[in-house]
Amino acid sequence: MEIVATQDLDVRLSLDLYRGMLQLRDFELKVQELYRAGMLPGFVHLYVGEEAVAVGVCASLKRYDLVYSTHRGHGHALAKGVTGREVMAELWGKQTGCSGGRGGSMHMFAPEYGFMGTNGIVGGGIPLATGAALAAQLRNSGQVAVSFFGDGAVNSGSFHESLNIASVWNLPVVFACENNLYATEMAFHRATKNTGVASRGVAYNMPSVEVNGSDVHECFRTGREAIDRARSGGGPTLIEFKTYRFLGHHEGDPGTEYRTKDEVESWKRRCPIKAFRDKMISSKLASERDFEQIQLETDAWLEDAVQFSKSSPDPDPSTVLDFC
Amino acid sequence: MREITYGEAGVEALREEMARDSSIVYIGQGIGPRGGNFRQTRGLWKEFGDHRLRDTGICELGETGVAIGAAMNGCRAVVDEVFLDFILEAMTQVVQQAATIHYLSNGKIKVPVVIRGAMGSVRNAGAQHAHSFYSWFAHTPGLKVVVPATPRDCKGLFKTALRQDTPVLFIEHKALYNIKEAVPTEEYLIPFGEASVRRSGKDATLVAVGRMVHVALEAAAALDRDGISVEVIDPRTIAPLDRKTIVDSVRKTGRLAIVDEAPSMCGFSAEVIAFACEQALDSMDAPPRRICSLHAPNPFSPVLEDQMLPTSTKVAHEIRQLIAA
Repeated sequence: MEIVATQDLDVRLSLDLYRGMLQLRDFELKVQELYRAGMLPGFVHLYVGEEAVAVGVCASLKRYDLVYSTHRGHGHALAKGVTGREVMAELWGKQTGCSGGRGGSMHMFAPEYGFMGTNGIVGGGIPLATGAALAAQLRNSGQVAVSFFGDGAVNSGSFHESLNIASVWNLPVVFACENNLYATEMAFHRATKNTGVASRGVAYNMPSVEVNGSDVHECFRTGREAIDRARSGGGPTLIEFKTYRFLGHHEGDPGTEYRTKDEVESWKRRCPIKAFRDKMISSKLASERDFEQIQLETDAWLEDAVQFSKSSPDPDPSTVLDFC
Repeated sequence: MREITYGEAGVEALREEMARDSSIVYIGQGIGPRGGNFRQTRGLWKEFGDHRLRDTGICELGETGVAIGAAMNGCRAVVDEVFLDFILEAMTQVVQQAATIHYLSNGKIKVPVVIRGAMGSVRNAGAQHAHSFYSWFAHTPGLKVVVPATPRDCKGLFKTALRQDTPVLFIEHKALYNIKEAVPTEEYLIPFGEASVRRSGKDATLVAVGRMVHVALEAAAALDRDGISVEVIDPRTIAPLDRKTIVDSVRKTGRLAIVDEAPSMCGFSAEVIAFACEQALDSMDAPPRRICSLHAPNPFSPVLEDQMLPTSTKVAHEIRQLIAA
């Protein structure tokens, strides 16, 4: 996906944001289908429901900016510009995947797109993003680093130590918390007495803001402001995106033992993609036909990624010790 | 040739490399104006300033992860745990991130980070400041592990570490910072994976790293007075490990012992014996021996700690038993 946010929230940008979200959604649903059919090895954590965050934030990043992601990271990779082919092929463990089949879902790396890794360790990427921002500052490279993480990470030492360091050194990093209310099965309100992640920024004397993570325009505006601040020497920002995963923690977890059906349904009614489309149509900024066209193009994009991955070769077993 | 201490040798290595390579950033606690708890960065802050000598609060997890992240984005980073003991707070970053990223990224991301800390017992510091778990890191694919024993090696190996594109654990010994040795003034590097034969001998091979090299040499000198000739080998880096020098020596002497400040259980001493047996069992005239710390946390009382640690007297005794066997 290539979104060039040179203009403000005009129609073209809005349709690009929509396309981005749709790609992430349909990609994940296809992964679910392939996984259930037994075609993909390993484990997958799907991003369905949270698309507005990755797409909204990454729209303001340049290719040389850096994203550090999580275990639920396919969406971040796609939003940062990694091709559907390379992400899908990696999930398939193929040689053509972005990590050559060495990484899989939780270890996808594509530095050529500024995508510095999904991560199997909750909170693991937060200090890395902070360090990347230190290097950007020292080298005067103009880069901004974005660290995505979930509510599950914010009670960890990694979160605290990284935000503290980023603040005291005024580093160009954006801490993007996707608060989807559950760390695996643990409800956030059962894990902490302070469920306002943004309020924690005060502890680090860091600008912090809470955002409706289902509203891609809001995600875009807030993300852009934080990215601009970082790039212009204004230091780090903590953004809490209130969001929700429509599916279980990982594919195979129904996600129903610790969440009520009513709760899940209420969030699905606020689906970021549908809400955005309805808003665009009702305000006559776009037509049904525009969206049908985007759907057709997305279908073709996805089919291409699947066919590419399916027909790609496995890695050569004799390379197992390469890069050791 | 002028003599300098092990600690000064490390400072020299850093000074030369930081002057040569402007991408080096050094992160740690008390490494700025204070010059390091062990004086291991003395004078560098004045020379290179706040930007490149980054004092942090007490946050090993954060500072280690930050160093790794900086190394992923064009810096060459050193993170100083000061006491190796404190790296335990940061192990997830070392083992799960630093060690894996180059491999998992299919070679696309390099992680030139040096993770520095001082191990071992010194002045009865007590259990939590005296660990010798250096061999854990060699068990982890993706990490290089350097354990220098002398000032000359400290400088040459540190300079090599600062030119690697992969993570290096640079593990000094707390009790060695003040030992002196003649160190060349002209530039030199010591490659990884090349053992140093500290003393030649024909009756037994004795392997040691870090402070135990000095214990081994003391024992060898005592044994020499009794007509027993011991070859002392210091691998200097345990990952990569120069197996060949050790195996060749065992083939020559027919006897092998290891002295190690770490306990024997699953330790470096076990690895040395394992590959020596795999490759040279037919040359061995006696079962190999391990002379290691006892399997206990380091006790505080000097009497108890002396009982626990290998000493040259204990080593000499064991070698005599080995020769008699």
